[in-house]
Order: sequence, then structure tokens, then C-alpha cells
Amino acid sequence: MIQFDRFELANGLKVLVHPDTTTPMAVVNILYNVGAKDENPEKTGFAHLFEHLMFGGSVNIPEYDEPLQRAGGENNAYTTNDLTNYYCQLPAENIETAFWLESDRMLSLAFSPKSLEVQRKVVCEEFKEHYINKPYGDAWHKMRTLAYTQHPYKWMTIGASLAHVEQATMEDVKDFFFQFYRPNNAILVVTGNVKTEDIKLLAEKWFGPIPAGVPYKRNLPQEPKQLKHKSLDVRADVPMDMLMMTWHMGGRFDASYHATDLLTEVLGGGASSRLYEQLIKVRQLFSSISCFHFGTIDPGLFVITGKLVKGISMSVAEKAVLEEVEKMKHEILDAKEVQKVINKTESMICFEDMSIMNRAQSLAFYELLGDAALMNEELAKYQTVTPAIIQSTAKTIFEDSNRNTLYYYSKTS
Amino acid sequence: MALDRTIAPNIKDAVDFDIQLKPCQKYVLDNGVEVYAFEGGAQEVMLLELVFFAGNSYETKNWVAPATNYLLKNGTSTKSAFEVNEAFEFYGAYLNRSCYNETATISLHSLTKHFAEVIPVVSELVADAVFPEKELDIYAKNQIQQLTLNLKKADFIANRFIDEYLFGIDHPYGKYSSEESYNQLTRDDLVNYYNKFYKEGKCIVFMAGQFPANIESILNKYIGTLPLNKKDIVLPAHQIVSATQKKYSVVNDPSSVQGSIRIARHFPNRHHPDFAPAQVLNNIFGGFFGSRLMSNIREDKGYTYGIHSYLQTHIQQTAWLVSTDAGKDVCTATVSEVYKEMAILRDELVDIEELNLVKNYMLGSLLGDVDGPFQIIGRWKSYILNGITEEYFYNTIHTVRTVQPEQIKDLANTYLKEEDFYELVVY
Repeated sequence: MIQFDRFELANGLKVLVHPDTTTPMAVVNILYNVGAKDENPEKTGFAHLFEHLMFGGSVNIPEYDEPLQRAGGENNAYTTNDLTNYYCQLPAENIETAFWLESDRMLSLAFSPKSLEVQRKVVCEEFKEHYINKPYGDAWHKMRTLAYTQHPYKWMTIGASLAHVEQATMEDVKDFFFQFYRPNNAILVVTGNVKTEDIKLLAEKWFGPIPAGVPYKRNLPQEPKQLKHKSLDVRADVPMDMLMMTWHMGGRFDASYHATDLLTEVLGGGASSRLYEQLIKVRQLFSSISCFHFGTIDPGLFVITGKLVKGISMSVAEKAVLEEVEKMKHEILDAKEVQKVINKTESMICFEDMSIMNRAQSLAFYELLGDAALMNEELAKYQTVTPAIIQSTAKTIFEDSNRNTLYYYSKTS
Repeated sequence: MALDRTIAPNIKDAVDFDIQLKPCQKYVLDNGVEVYAFEGGAQEVMLLELVFFAGNSYETKNWVAPATNYLLKNGTSTKSAFEVNEAFEFYGAYLNRSCYNETATISLHSLTKHFAEVIPVVSELVADAVFPEKELDIYAKNQIQQLTLNLKKADFIANRFIDEYLFGIDHPYGKYSSEESYNQLTRDDLVNYYNKFYKEGKCIVFMAGQFPANIESILNKYIGTLPLNKKDIVLPAHQIVSATQKKYSVVNDPSSVQGSIRIARHFPNRHHPDFAPAQVLNNIFGGFFGSRLMSNIREDKGYTYGIHSYLQTHIQQTAWLVSTDAGKDVCTATVSEVYKEMAILRDELVDIEELNLVKNYMLGSLLGDVDGPFQIIGRWKSYILNGITEEYFYNTIHTVRTVQPEQIKDLANTYLKEEDFYELVVY
């Protein structure tokens, strides 16, 4: 049970505090309610480019990292399709440094042309390192474009193309900042060796004077129901064939979310999962296989992907995966197998909650979903999932018309 | 009064923090196996790690040590690989194993309430792993495929080659796998290695988190009765054979858009008095986000997504490395900037402001690093395996607090000389 206090500033900034006196450290986490899905389709990669620019100096402080390091702190950030999250950890006694730094960059960035120029290059190198100079690096780009026709999940956070990042202008950057990086579009979470009264004073002092922005009304194109199986053949200089299948699934608020999560565990969670045992060990069709889902707020994708053993044909591999998937629709799971995945989930939640950093990020995420207290209800939700619910979830997801398949062939095989 | 945002809030210098390494408990099981335990943490979870002296320093045929370590959970005389996995996973426990150079480990992450259900299976893996032929076949086949894939990646190749240049292909720190090494593994190799280095091997236990009430008796029952620590296990001496050529350029993929750069030199182990002050120099050079390499090569020039320098933590002898992936057309420029930064450190005294920042950063991170039960036991484990005591912890802190610019410059003149470094770019 994670206890926390919550208050809101007049400018709309939500603040959550979770005191933990067993640690000498504190974490300051700011989540901005903007992700790659909020980007203009002609200017993708912006939310992530922004994450880089946020370290290029703010209106009153030329350098973000230096004063934080001087206070003994460390920081980082990440961007997903749904959100952008910044966090720093530092000795609790120096927490005001984090308030000073974070509030100044919320007030306004420095918008230095040099920073934009350099970070464009850095992001291009990141793009190359992860998506070009790497075998199968383009697979997700291709899969997203195949599976989504309307919803902005069709592009990756790094951007749909290098050109979008290369062409980013200072005007674009400013517009994006003042639209999304406003207090009423952010959630501040503080965890660690702190007192809520002190955090209230600090929040008022540093964040209180920042003007609210125009509230962002998200109105994203929703993905229409897919009516037939779609597939794409890819041939590339990779050492072995890869099969990647996705099915559309419900979003984070969907009643089937927890059952879907457990379904991925049954199929692909660990060495006692079905796909691992049947397809790698017993039938030896795949050398590696995994099953997971996007965990996105809007309807995401349920994924099964694996590399084929040399000499196994794509059609044999595909048929074998579909057989396992069909079993989920037609056979009811043993209560013990469901208990196993619930136990695994319980364990995962406990281990995740060990650090004040993870607790801060979870609180921010659940607050974004509507209420941080939801974090404490997760396990109970998993525990209500029954074999019958998993089966009906499987029936809904594993419709063949709902499937997208990437046949990624090795040129050399 | 309006808030002046240009003025930084007061800070307590991290050099003034009282950083303590919390003590761990030690006891000895009936068979002589030592247990180091740190009890604490808010969550009802725990970690148990069995460290065996079974790293690749002990193998006489390539890849026997990692393969034995990997496959020891793939079946016992009463359980198939699937059943072993299920025995852990049913209780939400995670059984991992890792093979290093001197040691190889079996580690268990478990909810405290289920520990008593899963520890018998850990015991079974140490006493009764059977290494089925079929499991070895699948392992070898899949590892070869994985290797073929990895060999397409410039960074993977670069990591292998730089270790080979430094230590030699026959040294535990320099050797690596090949298709041939997987193909030549036999069941007998694994069984013999297992019998000698696990079943009747030498073991130390590390444990952290919240423990069940009768932990000592549980451990004595399941670990304390095993025939461990009966025989002397001697670490074989391995000669370091470094390459004579210093600079390399390798083309792995002509269509590559980046190059993987590794620049490395030998460095003594933790027992050497330069190790602690060199950590400070390393941080200034390339050890954290605010380092000179990062500021110059990423933040000023945008040549790379990231560049880091670090000291390896081998037990016998270590190395000092610079590692980055940079755009193909700027690899040469990146390498020369790295040497330029070395020269500046050799020629100029580090500014006291910069040095203080690095000290604060290091001690602030250290404060965070010794927070939490798993982190604390991890540090104790590293000390015990390296043959150092908690005095080392406090001496290191003292060194970081007191090191002066002159000493940093002297160290740079001793260790950051271009001619001592191996240099490799893989495209």
C-alpha cells in the first residue's frame, strides 16, 4: 500500500507526495501529459526531441545538469507515445535545487539555437543507432504503419522519419512548448525523505508563479475496427527470418486490460510459458519468441514475435503460433496456470515498488490515468481475473481479421 | 518580494554528507558455507544469491563455464526443464544465473512468503542438475543463431575485439564464443564441470530483503547439508597476452551508418592506490552526463547519442575504456577529440569548481547507491569477492573528498597517454 498526499496549485499543477523516511534520498518526478501521439503527423518525433531540448538550459538557468550534479543529483527522462516523464534523484536535503531547476524549465526554456542544432544531430544519431544501424531495427516502424491507419500510434516516438527531426524549427519548438509544457498539463510527484508541508511550501514558491496554459483538449483520430488480416513482406540483410504478429487490443481503461496482460504472461512470460515451451523447446521452430502488449492508454497492440530456427519455413512457424493462439480461444485454462500468472504479477508489483524512483513514476502514471490511488488497486484487479475471462478476452483479440503480420525474411536464407 | 530565479538555492555539499555502508550480518552454515545477509526494506521480498567459484577462469575448454551455468536449471533427475521453471514461476519467483570471470551465480528473487516453497528447488539445482542432451542441443543451436545475429552488430564486435586486444584470446577476460565453441560442447563437459565447481564446489551466499522468521534453519536445511566447500578450488593463473598492434579499423558492414569506437588501456585492480582517485579523474573525463567527453562530443558537436569512459571492475586486472557509437563520417573526428580531451587533462589543472561538482556528484550518487537492501548487499558482495573490507568504502570517500587538482593532473599524465591506448573503430 503506497500512501500519498495530494494537492493542486491555483495554476492547475497537480502535486503528489509520498514520504519515506527510511531513505536519505528524494525523487522529484514531473510527468507532462504529452506524448508522440499528440504530434502533428507532418512533424513527428517532436515530443522526444523536446525531451532532449529540456536539458539545453532554461530562461534563468543556463545549464540544467550542472547545478543538479553539484547538489549530488542524477536525472533522466523518457518519452512514450502517451507521455513524457522527467525524474531526478538527489539527497533529500538538497531537494530545493530540483524545484528550482524543474520550475524554471517549466516557466520557459532558453530556446537557444545552438541547443536545437546540436540536439537535432544527437537525436539523428540516436535514430541511426537504434533503428537503422541495427538488424530488424525498422520492424516496429513497419508494423505500426501496417497496423494503424488512423491513430497516431502509427509512428514511433523517435519519429516517422529522420527528415521530420532534421527540419524542426525554433518556431515549432516554441509552439510545442507553450502548448504542452504548462503546469495544468503536468503532474509533480515527490517521494523520499520529505514532509508534505515542506513540499507544499516549495511547490507554491517555485511552481506557483508559473501561468497556466490553455487547457489541452485531446481529440485524436480513433482507429476503426480492422476488418481483415493485413500483412507485409520484408526482405533485409538480417541473419534469420523473423515473424511478428500483432492484434488490436483494448486500451488502458478497457475492462479487459488486466485479463489481456495475464494472457501475454500465459503465452510468453518466462520459460514455463506456452510459446516458449511448445515452440522453442518441444517443436524447436523458433530460437527466440516473446509475447507482450503495448500497455498504452489508447487501444494498443498485442504482440507475438520470434526468430525462426534456420530451415523452418515462415508458414510452418506462423501456423504453429496460430495453433497456440487458437487453444486460448477454445480451451479453458487450468486454475493453476491462472494462479501462476497472478502470482507472478503480484511479485512483479512488489519488486517494482521497492525504490522511491519507481514509486514516484507509478504514482504519476496512475494520476495521469485519473487517480494515483488506482496504483494500490491493481493487484486486486488481477486477482479477479478468472480462466473464463481470459478465454473470452482471447476470443475477442484473436480474431483473424484483427491480425497484422510482418514476414521479415533474411535475404541470405 | 519577487522570486529571483537566477539564484540557486543553498545546498549542502555532498562532500559533507555522512555516508555509511550499513553492516551486514554474517553466519556460517553447517557445511562451512558463509552467509552474508542484510535485512531491511519496506516490501516483503527478498534476494538470495549463491556465488560459486565457477567462472570462466576455471574452464579448460571454451564456453563450458557459461554453458554449465546457463543449463543448470534445465532439468534434474526428478524434474524436466519445464517443471523446474514452473516450480519457480508458480510462486512468482525468478531464478537467474550469470557467469562471470571468477565467479558464477544462481540468484533467486522471491516474495518472502513463498521463499520456503522455492528454496528446495534451488537446492535441487545445486545437488542434482542432469544436463539432458536435448537441452544442450537446443541451447547450442539457439545460441549459434543468436551469435550470428549479434555478429551483425558493430558494437558487439567492438566489445569482443577490444577485450581480445587487451587480454588475449586465451585469457578469461579476453575470450569469447564462436560457432565452433558451441558445437564442441558435450554433455560430459558440462556434467564434469558441474560436479567439480557446483555440486562439490565452493560457495558463498548473499541475501537481502525481508526474511522469513526461521531463515537460518531453512538455509541450513537446504544449503547447509550440501557437500560444498569440502575441496580446495584453486584459481588457475592466466597469462595476459596483449596485442602488439595498437590501432584497428574493421569493416563489418559496408552499408553501416555508424561506427562503434572503443579506446582502451590496461589499468590495475582495486587494490592499487590509484584506483580511487582515478575514479574521480574518470568522472571528469567521461564518467557521467556532465563529463568533458559528453559535453564536447555530444552536447557541443552532436557526433553521438552518448559517449562514456569507465574503469572495468575485473578482479585480477582491469582496463580503462572509452566507448561510443558515432556517425560514420565523424568517427575520425570523435577519436581525435577523445585524445584532445586527454591532452587537456594532462596539460591543465582541473578547475576547482569543476572538481567540486564531480566530487559532489560522485558522493551524491554513492549515497543513493548504498540505499536499499539489494544495493547494500551488492556492495558487500563486491567487497568480499574482491578481498577488500569496509575500510575501502571509507577510504574511497576520503579520497574523493580530498583529491586535489595537482593529483588529478599527475594521474592524467600517468594514465591518459594516447600511446598507451588501444583504438578500434568497427563500421
